[in-house]
Amino acid sequence: MLEATPKEIKTRKALRVNPCKTCEPVGALYAALGVHRCMPHSHGSQGCCSYHRTFLSRHFKEPAIATTSSFTEGASVFGGGSNLKTAVKNIFDIYNPDIIAVHTTCLSETIGDDLNSYIESIDIPEGKVVVHANTPSYAGSHIVGFGNMMSGFIKYLAEKSQAKTDQIAIFPGFVNPGDMRELKRLAKQMQVHYIMFPDTSGVLDAPNKGHYEMYPQGGTTVAEIRGLGAVKRVLALGEVTCTPPAMVLQAKCGVNFTALPLPIGIEATDQYLMELSRLVNTEVSDSLTEERGQLVDVILDAQQNFAKKTVAIYGDPDIVLGLTAFVLEMGMIPKYILTGTKSDLFSKRGEALFAKFGVSGCQALNNEDLFTLHQLIKNDGVDLMIGTTHGKYIARAEDIPLVRAGFPVLDRYVHSYMPLVGYRGAMRLLEMICNALLDRRDRDAADEDFELVM
Amino acid sequence: MGTAVLEERKQSIITRDFACSGEGFGCERASVAGSVSQRACVYCGARVVLNPITDAFHIVHGPIGCASYTWDIRGSLSSGSDLYRNSFSTDLREKDIIFGGAEKLARAIDEIVQEKDARLIFVYATCIVGVIGDDIEAVCRDAEEKYHIRVIPVKAPGFSGTKSQGYKLACEAMMQLIRPHYKEQEKPQGVNILGDFNLAGEMWIIKNYFHKIGVPVVSTFTGDASYDSLIRAPQAALNIVQCAGSSVYLAKCMEEEFGIPYFKVSFFGVEDTTNSLLRVAHAIGRPEVICRAEQFTAVEKMKAEHFLAQYRPHLAGRRAAIYVGGGFKAISLIRQFAEMGIRTVVVGTQTGSKDDYEVIRHLTEDDTVILDDTNPAELERFMREMRADILVGGVKERPLAYKLGIAFCDHNHERKHALGGYEGVVNFTQEINLSLNSPVWKYLRGA
Repeated sequence: MLEATPKEIKTRKALRVNPCKTCEPVGALYAALGVHRCMPHSHGSQGCCSYHRTFLSRHFKEPAIATTSSFTEGASVFGGGSNLKTAVKNIFDIYNPDIIAVHTTCLSETIGDDLNSYIESIDIPEGKVVVHANTPSYAGSHIVGFGNMMSGFIKYLAEKSQAKTDQIAIFPGFVNPGDMRELKRLAKQMQVHYIMFPDTSGVLDAPNKGHYEMYPQGGTTVAEIRGLGAVKRVLALGEVTCTPPAMVLQAKCGVNFTALPLPIGIEATDQYLMELSRLVNTEVSDSLTEERGQLVDVILDAQQNFAKKTVAIYGDPDIVLGLTAFVLEMGMIPKYILTGTKSDLFSKRGEALFAKFGVSGCQALNNEDLFTLHQLIKNDGVDLMIGTTHGKYIARAEDIPLVRAGFPVLDRYVHSYMPLVGYRGAMRLLEMICNALLDRRDRDAADEDFELVM
Repeated sequence: MGTAVLEERKQSIITRDFACSGEGFGCERASVAGSVSQRACVYCGARVVLNPITDAFHIVHGPIGCASYTWDIRGSLSSGSDLYRNSFSTDLREKDIIFGGAEKLARAIDEIVQEKDARLIFVYATCIVGVIGDDIEAVCRDAEEKYHIRVIPVKAPGFSGTKSQGYKLACEAMMQLIRPHYKEQEKPQGVNILGDFNLAGEMWIIKNYFHKIGVPVVSTFTGDASYDSLIRAPQAALNIVQCAGSSVYLAKCMEEEFGIPYFKVSFFGVEDTTNSLLRVAHAIGRPEVICRAEQFTAVEKMKAEHFLAQYRPHLAGRRAAIYVGGGFKAISLIRQFAEMGIRTVVVGTQTGSKDDYEVIRHLTEDDTVILDDTNPAELERFMREMRADILVGGVKERPLAYKLGIAFCDHNHERKHALGGYEGVVNFTQEINLSLNSPVWKYLRGA
């Protein structure tokens, strides 16, 4: 596998090989699925929509609905205005969502479709809403598209209010429904009144009821998005993903925000809880203190198995930074951390983590691909890889255990139901990391070294 | 229940209530805007056909998405190179859109050739390249001259037609590749297998049959194909076409230019596999081949029928829904279900032709629902109304079926085992049985 990867690293200026990112619209589609009774709409060729739905279905093992403007040759010459008009009418007639969230594609952006004026000129049924976001895939990755779609909802819907509610808005970033559930559980334990936006729990992890619901029960409601303008404060979890939409909300409605790292690992979860505690004046509950203590306990129990082991972590910026922080807390060495998304902030935060924990010889790379990661590993190997399914070729070629985390995971099940965030998420991560290393030791052990108790 | 059907969609649906004549059936047309179509685009069509060529560099010239989504997705297996399982692209950025991306493409080709031993490169132009007008043909031509390798452009902007248009582009690209290797005086020998992509090793199963009956296989399109194997294709005596939707155009081109006759075959189900092998043997015409084919298929058919007889009691009376890409596969599946004692009550395709739908009408009963380019809402409605027990489809249909409490079998890129040939009959039947009779259903129904 991957025999063609040479060890010698040459600078590439034009060629992308084995990307560690995908395009903006799939992020926008995912964000829109986190809004209750929302139909995501792809304004472009129909292949885009089909790919995005397939990609999401492969990760979540769930139906992922979206409609498309189905551009033809004509639309690409004369503009997609009439396609959008027809589409909006058809969608409300047939699928009856509360809201349509349109995102553009590289095609509709390049021909210069003006979505603002298109939407203004469309007759939208009473009580229904159409919003849009610009998501040209040549400008950013799926992470940027996710944030842009959030900003789109905010621009159209969030209402400025002098009177603030006691609610806190939580922006969870591009994470699994299992993470969103856990973030909400923690917030509930802190007795916080919150609006989570977006919220794909209950949508992309909906139970099997024996009938198909086009709009499952989960998702942030349109009313809640309107209410974002009146919240006390926004917690933007994951700086790279969630700062831009938080800034849009601040500019529009004057709501302040705190950008925090994704609560992966001990310190980042502490920070999340302390911030909630400060905002609503509650104490961290005994049960959460207990969870934290358990996490510290299991790290100690198992630490000789992973301390000083080297690891390569790759995927989306905020998740990679979160995982990096946690492996450092565990005493591991995150030798390479890499994201395909262009983000100098990612590299800066990564370097800061290396410095904080006093590890040397580690690299934080953004706007890079998995071919580069493979070459780095070929030159100087690691004990473990943590990241998305696309790293499995490298793991196989170099015979390195792989812990799957992030987006997309295409070759395993249940992952999207389970959290990485919070103390429980960290405990799960620790179990996966430790098991991967111990399974490997068992596999490699000669009979005389094979141990029952480890 | 009873989701409405769009007025524009009614012509693409045949039911007992609103049957339109086969003549007027709406297929081979663009999807209705605003529909949750299960269909993909021109680029997708071109890429899925060419992707299994194992030692080719497939470069996507465009922004990153189209390269990401098609990275090693087909499940086509290789006995040689695994180059095709990498993702190469130019990852176009904003400034490339403004100033043009041709230079970046030329450079990307340089970066490949200078690093690796490249002989064959396909360059796919996606949507915006079609709009900004990069002259990728010129870039490819220059690269061919500079490096003395084949660099073949595939101009496949997604908006320029349907997925079928992409199939055609792929066929044209393959003709560009093999045309220079045609020599008139060459003595024809053996067959080319077209339209099988070696998903789960199906091409190997079929090749093995031909080996057994004494028919040489010259080249395969495109399952487990390589540069060297493809350029031998013009020497073949006969082309057989399995996935007609994608590859019959290639067969027609080869017939016209190289004089190679062709016919359609199917290796799905006992009946189709047997008939196809016999037909090829008769076309080759050598008595020993015909004799071996008759013996081989008789034995295999008996074994398969014995096997099916054991399963039939578990399956008989069940009702199937089919939603697949091409018409020919749908037709095979209807026959295959009939062999299992299962009646097909809903059948649809993404890209079936009028002829395909005519055959489907004849093979199915009067109340069978027939759909072209359908969407989840219609599928749900008709599967419910027709009380389907199992759906055969692709990745987007799987979770839908399960949510509806209906069993499922992937007959697309994510098939779990080979579904072609006699081996495929065993695998398919077992999978259908496992899914239909899984113990978990009783917990769902009890809820």
